[in-house]
Amino acid sequence: MTEALRERCEAIKATYPEAQSALIPILHALQDSYGYVTPQAVEEAAELMAMTTAEVEGVVSFYTLFHRKATGRYHIQVCDNLACQLRGTDELLAHLKEKWQLEPGGPSPDGIFSLERVECLAACGYAPVAQVNLRYYYHLTPEKADQVLSGLADGEEARGERI
Amino acid sequence: MNESKVLLAHADVKGIETLSVYERHGGYATLKRALTEMTPADVVQAVLDSGLRGRGGAGFPTGRKWSFLPNDGRERLLVCNADEGEPGTFKDHFLIHRLPHLLVEGMTLASYAIGAPRAYIYLRGEFLQGYELLEQAIAEATAAGYLGQHVCGTDYSLELKLYRGAGAYICGEETALLDSLEGRRGIPRMKPPFPATAGLYGLPTVVNNVETLCAVVPIVEHGGEWFKAMGTEKSPGTKIYSMSGALKRPGNYEFEMGVPLSDLIEAAGGLMAGRTFKAVVPGGASAAYLTGEHIDIAMDYDTLAQAGTMLGSGGVIVLDDTVCIVSFTRRAMEFFRHESCGKCTPCREGTLWMDQVLTRLEEGIGTEADLDLLLDLADNIGGRTFCAFGDAAVAMVASSVRLFRQEYIAHFTHQGCPLQKERVG
Ligand SMILES: Cc1cc2nc3c(=O)[nH]c(=O)nc-3n(C[C@H](O)[C@H](O)[C@H](O)COP(=O)(O)O)c2cc1C
Ligand code: SF4
Ligand code: FES
Repeated sequence: MTEALRERCEAIKATYPEAQSALIPILHALQDSYGYVTPQAVEEAAELMAMTTAEVEGVVSFYTLFHRKATGRYHIQVCDNLACQLRGTDELLAHLKEKWQLEPGGPSPDGIFSLERVECLAACGYAPVAQVNLRYYYHLTPEKADQVLSGLADGEEARGERI
Repeated sequence: MNESKVLLAHADVKGIETLSVYERHGGYATLKRALTEMTPADVVQAVLDSGLRGRGGAGFPTGRKWSFLPNDGRERLLVCNADEGEPGTFKDHFLIHRLPHLLVEGMTLASYAIGAPRAYIYLRGEFLQGYELLEQAIAEATAAGYLGQHVCGTDYSLELKLYRGAGAYICGEETALLDSLEGRRGIPRMKPPFPATAGLYGLPTVVNNVETLCAVVPIVEHGGEWFKAMGTEKSPGTKIYSMSGALKRPGNYEFEMGVPLSDLIEAAGGLMAGRTFKAVVPGGASAAYLTGEHIDIAMDYDTLAQAGTMLGSGGVIVLDDTVCIVSFTRRAMEFFRHESCGKCTPCREGTLWMDQVLTRLEEGIGTEADLDLLLDLADNIGGRTFCAFGDAAVAMVASSVRLFRQEYIAHFTHQGCPLQKERVG
């Protein structure tokens, strides 16, 4: 663990008077830094929190946002829940497969993108909805998806949109 | 009925998420006045008088919840539930993105009212942008003296902290939320004890929804009676309805409680050209379907409960004639199967089984006996699970079999979806 990361984790711990509450924020910080929750991250979190690795594993495995494998540089989470289904999520997913060879699972061969189908993102009025690295993109028609992904492939930052 | 914008009055003002614009539109004036002119008991009384009911789904009277806290000298805590994950619901997301200072002001008023020196906002893990907006709002409010030591120059101090979950619908259930906030797996706790007596870190805790806490601001500003004069007798005030699905202008619309469903649909632009209304899920995926017979139903807690469904969180999903009920209901069950926390058997096994039965019905290889099996399973889950998730999981399925039995039957007589065949052929 780098010194900067350790400091960040210690700062998180200091934020919460009851130390145990720091575990999930620390796991977020480790994942941000390593790309996913690596076995090393689990050990580091356990050490920081004075817990066993089994206890940390138990928490990590409960939450869907903690990844246990590498994702692409841009991890795309497409909502395919009810309201998005009514507004073209299936077309969006078919398009991502056909045009971008993206399917749920590991990262694309170049490591740039990975795709996941997720449950409702609480933005159903702007469907279909996706997040890229947890930043929202709304009204994702296939054309708009092309624009967003092209920009990202060219090295743009995933900034998301405002509602 | 026309829209009544109370919480959303300034939601479309450019820059309203910043302190300066929020203040220019009257922001924090209510907090200043309350802290200098009202006792905490006065604020609780205003909320009691308003008849405000919790907007997280259960509709429990907010003022009463605040009054339940034991007077035993222990520190009290306020927790805002911003875990919004109920399919069809997107009002809290909107409030946080557009009006972060309204939530901060509402939470400061509520914390003052219940005497909490610390308050937390539990955001679902996906709300990273919301987290950043609130972080900014909290920093601005603290610098301006609306948070932190000596709020508005008074003796009252409040520390407001943010916390991001990590993806799990069940963490919206308040006791699962508390476990998650304590750094554990989010599994519902046994009740009692209720959070009011033993909540976060075992301390007396009030858990309220984002919209509930935002509503406290106009209630304290204009008085409880003013709020109570809107809406219906038992469901007072205004409500933000999240309108989604087969509509021309989906979005959040704020109306007085009891607004007819047809007015909501009209406000959201009505149905797409050439389509007809088929059904609605009036309160997120946890609510039973209603059909055209109820197109003018009053959208309040009691009327919807009498009709066998619920207002829930106010997520209204509209389905038109192109939607296959079997497929749509199966997707809802897939969600519940995926999100069951697994603690109790009827929910864990039941949602899995119902998903399998619905899948076979969708594929056209089900039988009439499967329909009775679904109703039977629904009976065995509803009311028999550890938390309210179980009831939520079966509402759409049970009502779909009652209201759309013919459509299920058509699937096995056509060996597949008749609507889809019509579209393809
Ligand atoms: C399965 C389940 C999920 C829930 N999800 C949420 C949620 O996302 N947001 C919320 O405010 N309340 C949710 N609730 C309701 C909370 O348990 C609780 O009643 C609410 O936060 C109380 O706040 P209120 O009185 O202001 O409504 C959920 C309940 C259940 C059973
Ligand atoms: S009803 Fe479902 S979600 Fe609730 S405790 Fe039981 S298994 Fe968990
Ligand atoms: S159903 Fe896709 S955001 Fe809610």
